[in-house]
Amino acid sequence: MTTTTTERSPATATAAPERIRYVTPAVTIHEDADGYTIEAEMPGVGKDGVHVTVENGELVFTGSKSAPPAGNTLYRETPRADYRRVFDLDPAVDTDQISARMDQGVLVLRLPKAQDKKPRRITIGD
Amino acid sequence: MTLIRFQPERAEVSPAQRPGDMLRDFMNLHFPFFPQEKAGMNTWSPSLDVHDDKDAFTVTLEAPGLKKEAFEISWHDGVLSIAGERKEASEAKEKNCFRRERFFGRFSRSVSLPADVQSDKIAATYLDGVLTVTLPKAEKAKPKQIEVSVQ
Repeated sequence: MTTTTTERSPATATAAPERIRYVTPAVTIHEDADGYTIEAEMPGVGKDGVHVTVENGELVFTGSKSAPPAGNTLYRETPRADYRRVFDLDPAVDTDQISARMDQGVLVLRLPKAQDKKPRRITIGD
Repeated sequence: MTLIRFQPERAEVSPAQRPGDMLRDFMNLHFPFFPQEKAGMNTWSPSLDVHDDKDAFTVTLEAPGLKKEAFEISWHDGVLSIAGERKEASEAKEKNCFRRERFFGRFSRSVSLPADVQSDKIAATYLDGVLTVTLPKAEKAKPKQIEVSVQ
């Protein structure tokens, strides 16, 4: 009796990645002449729990929640899942200049427009 | 053998029904000439959790982006009430807005707790947009272990 073994490719050997559930944070987005401001509500997320990435013209931010207080939960309305949201970026945004800060559970992202993409006022010569 | 005092009320915590809402709905329906709250101003209701630890109850409220001073927390007759107001920066209102999913304005939440607490020792902290109110249990409300000797 012969047995043959076939090497399984790593792609099929690993189980399908577990689907992770996220909460979509509420956002407010403003635009002004210099850029965009995104405010995203992520209560329970500290400064260290936030990750903001820009890749292929997509802005992705995630926030992981801190642990709930000790004891039995008698009543719960808040979701336990982490936050995640993705936006397509305006090509005019200067991705090197994006800044972020956390203010009491609100992630404030500033997306400045590149200098040469800003609207310019052109004066008419004589 | 140990016996732990039975506390049936522990299982039945629910957020207090807000009687103000019913009254307001009734008034708006039948007496529309009375001044009403502006539409959309009373839609913000931050979510709330209640935790029960051995020595204290912890109530957490997810209300990001407020000032610490904007909270009004009160305790009356077994009911914890948390009110507050979130103000939108005035310059933000004038900007060109793409999305506006955040709520601003006043909110009020109440929750009744299933056991006595030491009302003079209630403390609150506000961190990362979460208000945490700690309510130490009264001595008589703590679970007690009673040793019963079997003859």
